[in-house]
Amino acid sequence: MYRSIFYGEINGQLIHMQSNGCRWIRGSGSRHKPSNVDEKQWILNRKTEYRESTMWDARYYVGLRISISNHALVCCGISQFFVLRKNVKRGKRMPKIQVRQLSKVFGRQPQLALKLLAEGWTKEQIFRQTGLSVGVNQVSFDVEEGEIFVIMGLSGSGKSTLVRLCNRLIEPTSGTIFIDGEEIIGMNATQLREVRRKKLGMVFQNFALFPQRTVRENVEFGLEIQHVPVDARQEKAREAIALVGLEEWENAYPVQLSGGMRQRVGLARALANNPDVLLMDEAFSALDPLIRKDMQDELLELQMTMKKTILFITHDLHEALRLGDRIALMRDGQLIQVGRPEEIMTDPADEFVKKFVEDADLSRVLVAKNVMKRAEAITPDKGARVALQLMMDNGVSSLYIVDKKRSLLGLVSAYDVSLAISTGETLSTIMKTDIPTVSPDTLLHDLIPMMADVHVPIAVVGEQQRLLGVLVKGAVLGGLVGKVNISDERIERLRVEVKSDGLRA
Amino acid sequence: MDSVPKVPIDKWVEGFVAFLGEYRGELFDPIDSVISGMLTFFSTVLTGVPFFIIILLFGALTWVFGKRNTMITTVIGLSLIYNLGYWENTMETLGLVIVSALVSIVVGIPAGILCARHDAFRNLMTPVLDLMQTMPAFVYLIPAIFFFGLGEVPGVIASVIFAMPPIVRLTNLGIRQVPQELAEAADAFGSTGWQKLWKVQLPLAKTTILAGINQCIMLALSMVVIAAMIGAKGLGADVYRAISQVDIGRGFEAGLSIVIIAIVLDRITQHAGQKERETI
Ligand SMILES: Nc1ncnc2c1ncn2[C@@H]1O[C@H](COP(=O)(O)OP(=O)(O)OP(=O)(O)O)[C@@H](O)[C@H]1O
Ligand SMILES: [Mg+2]
Repeated sequence: MYRSIFYGEINGQLIHMQSNGCRWIRGSGSRHKPSNVDEKQWILNRKTEYRESTMWDARYYVGLRISISNHALVCCGISQFFVLRKNVKRGKRMPKIQVRQLSKVFGRQPQLALKLLAEGWTKEQIFRQTGLSVGVNQVSFDVEEGEIFVIMGLSGSGKSTLVRLCNRLIEPTSGTIFIDGEEIIGMNATQLREVRRKKLGMVFQNFALFPQRTVRENVEFGLEIQHVPVDARQEKAREAIALVGLEEWENAYPVQLSGGMRQRVGLARALANNPDVLLMDEAFSALDPLIRKDMQDELLELQMTMKKTILFITHDLHEALRLGDRIALMRDGQLIQVGRPEEIMTDPADEFVKKFVEDADLSRVLVAKNVMKRAEAITPDKGARVALQLMMDNGVSSLYIVDKKRSLLGLVSAYDVSLAISTGETLSTIMKTDIPTVSPDTLLHDLIPMMADVHVPIAVVGEQQRLLGVLVKGAVLGGLVGKVNISDERIERLRVEVKSDGLRA
Repeated sequence: MDSVPKVPIDKWVEGFVAFLGEYRGELFDPIDSVISGMLTFFSTVLTGVPFFIIILLFGALTWVFGKRNTMITTVIGLSLIYNLGYWENTMETLGLVIVSALVSIVVGIPAGILCARHDAFRNLMTPVLDLMQTMPAFVYLIPAIFFFGLGEVPGVIASVIFAMPPIVRLTNLGIRQVPQELAEAADAFGSTGWQKLWKVQLPLAKTTILAGINQCIMLALSMVVIAAMIGAKGLGADVYRAISQVDIGRGFEAGLSIVIIAIVLDRITQHAGQKERETI
């Protein structure tokens, strides 16, 4: 069996590197070489691209009727080869789920709709003219291991179709999906069943609990169909039930439970098999707002320890923002934008996304590190005069005192420092130590009341009290009206600044 | 009009029956022996066991499956039948009904499952089922006698043809009514087709299938008089004799016995389904 270890992306196409083999992926479909055919001949006949790689030696071929020698690299492959090797060397992890050019058309002549789509017809036009309904249209994305990937969109945008394609409850019209580098599309029934049993758990919008089974029997279901012995599966079912806090209800029937409890059972049922990937189709949409929030918290809490890869579908922006490590926005079967929550909020790709996120509450998306400013700091062995000079240079009225590792010790105000100059006291004797601090991941929503209460700046500190930045009112308010431009580079820059700052101090 | 020839359906059917007739031995003898074997078994058991044991047994069945108070009705009704002197014939009829119902279930449930899984098969079956239910029984009794001779077996065949459609229909319906999400859940966890059927679809379709069985039994019971006309024993024969002798009193008594049996069987099978629903 092929086992991908690393991957690289070349011209938008995927290349897998395996420890013991190779695989071909081309455009939307992928084909395995029939075992009885000579490899080179096969490549030449297909006029296709061929890439082969092993863990430490990535080779890249393009087989456009160009002769291939065993270790040669073909002209246009060279630059990509280096990209590839870089990724190999860095040990870049392969995404858990890779979706490539995936399309689904419902109806009798799906290929026709694909053709029309390629000609630029819209989903609606196609439906009106041909009666074919486009569920998912040319969707590609990766989901990293341990990530909560939220797919959001209006009703009918194809979210359910997309998630059902991932475990092939719906067969795609074109395109392909890899889970752990194994191609799901094209597996035979037995292989597919094995993947569903071992790797994929699913939670449904309307719970889909089996009404004739008790809570425990429901949770056992996935193990039961794998013929796990009764004792072992009851044990595992109990563990899963305990995870969602329903120990008392083990022998109740679904009708006896409230909505929130039912969905906990749904979650436990999906967890009992211990799958790597959870597919959750509007799992919390049928719950009322308070319970829904509980469930979201619970999911996040479970996720802290479990580190599953979760594909979460919702049409609720707030839910997406709360849960998502990354969010994908869908419209008419297409992905419009994929990004981290704050990217989606502050940098919408188009009008549609903008409208979608318009009424979202930024204070529940942005966190302290998004709006913090550089903190001026000094080590306590410096004299009061140096401190005062630094304050004047930077135009600030207070200064943080940090140790050599930039761990926060205290805060001195300009007034105290000027007093100290006359009395000759050291910075460590005059500094205040009970100063407000927050972690960099505190939501603005929780910061605002704090800011109202205190009259000194709030320090943002990381692990071991390391000073990362400072929160000033102006910047926080600016954040609330969307005046932040967060990108990876910026955050990276902030970190670098903080670091070099530390050295300077 | 003369220029348009008549569609020779009669010839076709006759040809078909004649064709079947040639293979009568191979085709129908096994069916014949299985059904008559079952009939002999049930009538021996039912007439062999003392009447009070049977009455108690039915009382217990209604107690378990039906509503508690119908148990009294059952015991009184069956005792009345004994008192009227129709016990033996009632047991013959019961045997006939049980065999017809068993054959219908054994054939009908798999057929219903196939209908639910394959639209094409359902489309094929629907007109066949319509035909089975509406074609007058005498029409297919003629070939049935031709193949099986007079007696109980063609009676069972006729009952099966008439009584099986509701089982097929309701099994199909019951499975199709299982919410899409539940079937998806079974698939999503990696069930095989059989596992999905056994663990999810059939348990959820159970109530509907039981309703089909209930209807099947009632319809089989309604065929006993017709079956009697071609030589089946039992209450039907009593009714048939009363009709030909214009014996109003005995006719009524035999009819009443059929009604009692019908009520008893109905209560047992009907509530079996309902009880199930309460625990869900
Ligand atoms: N079985 C089907 N047959 C035909 N068309 C379908 C089928 N399932 C979905 N569609 C169509 O595919 C499109 C996407 O549907 P889908 O159910 O994936 O949307 P969704 O985003 O999940 O919406 P919702 O938020 O309402 O659940 C819709 O236009 C729908 O009409
Ligand atoms: Mg949906």
